[in-house]
Amino acid sequence: MSKISLKNLSHSYLSSQVNKEDWALRNVNIDWNDGGAYALLGPSGCGKTTLLNIISGLLNPTEGQILFNDVDVTNKNPVERNIAQIFQFPVIYDTMTVFNNLAFPLKNRGISEQEIKNKVEEIAEMLELTSTLHNRASGLTADGKQKISLGRGLVRSDVNVIMFDEPLTVIDPHLKWILRSKLKELHQKINRTMIYVTHDQTEALTFADQVVVMHEAEIVQIGTPVELFEKPRHTFVGHFIGSPGMNILPCKIDNGAISINGNMIETKIDIKDKSFSKTEVGIRPEFIEFNESGLPVKILKVSNTGRHKIIDTESESGKIKVIAKSSTNIPTGSAFLNFKKDYTYVYGDNWIIE
Amino acid sequence: MNKTVNQKAWLFVIPVFVLVAFNAIIPLMTVVNYAFQETFGNNVFMWEGTRWFKQILLSDRFHAALGRQILFTLIILFIQIPLGIFIALTMPKEGIGVSVCLVLMSMPLLIPWNVVGAMWNIFALPDIGFLGHSLNALGFDYNFTQQSGDAWFTTVLMDVWHWTSLVVLLSYAGLRSIQPAYYQAAEIDGASRWSVFRHIELPKMKKVLTIAILLRFMDSFMIYTEPFVLTGGGPGNATAFLSIDLVKMALGQFDLGPAAAMSLIYFFIVLTVCWVFYNLMMKNEGQS
Repeated sequence: MSKISLKNLSHSYLSSQVNKEDWALRNVNIDWNDGGAYALLGPSGCGKTTLLNIISGLLNPTEGQILFNDVDVTNKNPVERNIAQIFQFPVIYDTMTVFNNLAFPLKNRGISEQEIKNKVEEIAEMLELTSTLHNRASGLTADGKQKISLGRGLVRSDVNVIMFDEPLTVIDPHLKWILRSKLKELHQKINRTMIYVTHDQTEALTFADQVVVMHEAEIVQIGTPVELFEKPRHTFVGHFIGSPGMNILPCKIDNGAISINGNMIETKIDIKDKSFSKTEVGIRPEFIEFNESGLPVKILKVSNTGRHKIIDTESESGKIKVIAKSSTNIPTGSAFLNFKKDYTYVYGDNWIIE
Repeated sequence: MNKTVNQKAWLFVIPVFVLVAFNAIIPLMTVVNYAFQETFGNNVFMWEGTRWFKQILLSDRFHAALGRQILFTLIILFIQIPLGIFIALTMPKEGIGVSVCLVLMSMPLLIPWNVVGAMWNIFALPDIGFLGHSLNALGFDYNFTQQSGDAWFTTVLMDVWHWTSLVVLLSYAGLRSIQPAYYQAAEIDGASRWSVFRHIELPKMKKVLTIAILLRFMDSFMIYTEPFVLTGGGPGNATAFLSIDLVKMALGQFDLGPAAAMSLIYFFIVLTVCWVFYNLMMKNEGQS
């Protein structure tokens, strides 16, 4: 049980770093509170797994520190850090039975036979592995094997953190849902810090209390699912979370007044005395309405998903997607859009301006 | 849907059939033919039934050769397989060292077998050979041409030198195909080095090791050229393995009938051992 802090963490797989791109992880600062359920969300290759392997001690960071309960563990190995990690593909010991697979991490730590037996049976019960407990692990299906991997991660009750590296990739969609709920349930039961790496926003948003979004080797935002949706702090978060993602349109800032192609946009933000090489307005499709006046657009396409309509429109500054209720009457040809003031944000060089 | 029957496709099989017939079927059938008959030349044959088989199976000479053969194969398997795995485990996993090691390892495999025999013959000569001379200089009474123990030692050493690389290369390929996640998981589970080997590396190498053992069994059980050049089966019959004895019988004494019967028994032993071994090793593979 402990709080995990990462301080000024950077990592590169190259021996010398010249460009920004040479880093797999750039200046990460984050505190993972004890008992939290976190998701680490980002596209493939953004550094999620690197970050995970650094926390677990499989990788030594190029720069920076890892603290467990304010004790520096940067140079400690995974066993000393006492963590559990579950990998993308099922990792099982082929020659052992399911029972011995689950017991393996305990046996290596010299725990008594009786205690191992109780613990393994408890975990097997939880993961519904009891009926196959004494079969050879290599005979199981892919999801059965992944359950064993999960079980080996959960079997030790004293670990500081349990980390999941896209553990449900190989699992069938309907089982995915069941296993994910199981993990969530488990988190409430054992109350251990869990970090769940994924590139799937649904998975992240349903599992975690706090979602950490990574993009190009950096952490761009940490927040609850609602915060990420309502107030993305980086244009990437806007794009990546939500379906369809946030509309990002180039804008001009003239003495505090924001305009898209000559049309004034109202926001709650005061942005005098700031200069950026690139400024953009971000607005989610959910917060746009049709009106008599406003930003002029052409209607390109209307798709009805049943629950709502997604309207593709085109303004002179680029395409804008709008989500409207199924019952809404959509104008044809040209129309005008209004942005809800409270949810309209301005981004300077991709970062939110406040 | 009904498939149309087209017997013309058999024509495509003919070229292969002809090739296989000439290099395998006809020679083998000739041997089978000899095994049941007696000849004194001039293409005159007399039917002998199973007489040659009985004679070979009951002969002390065959038992002795078979015994030597089994002993030799067991010795080299017990040396080459563990040694090969050990070398593969210690080989570098990345960088320039990989290529250097792979090239060095392949070298013995590229040398023609009779050259290997000749090399070791000269290398081991007690008076002028580097190995033989050094051993004698160190106080060992070493002479592989006269002492059967020394002849065995030299033959085994030569085979280990020649063929351990094959086991190394196969094991190395098996090891490289293990995903890093297995090692990482083992590290997190707190596994010892031995556990990693026993529960990850060895099971993952099972298939390549099966191939390695099969290949080494077959090759060593049929070994001919190298010991023929090195010791010629001597001193006496000390290193006359099955194939050397067979050639002596067939070409030295021109006993074609018994030699053919011996060939078939020999062939049958190799086939049976390979079949039994392969099936034992692959018994549980179907499920995974």
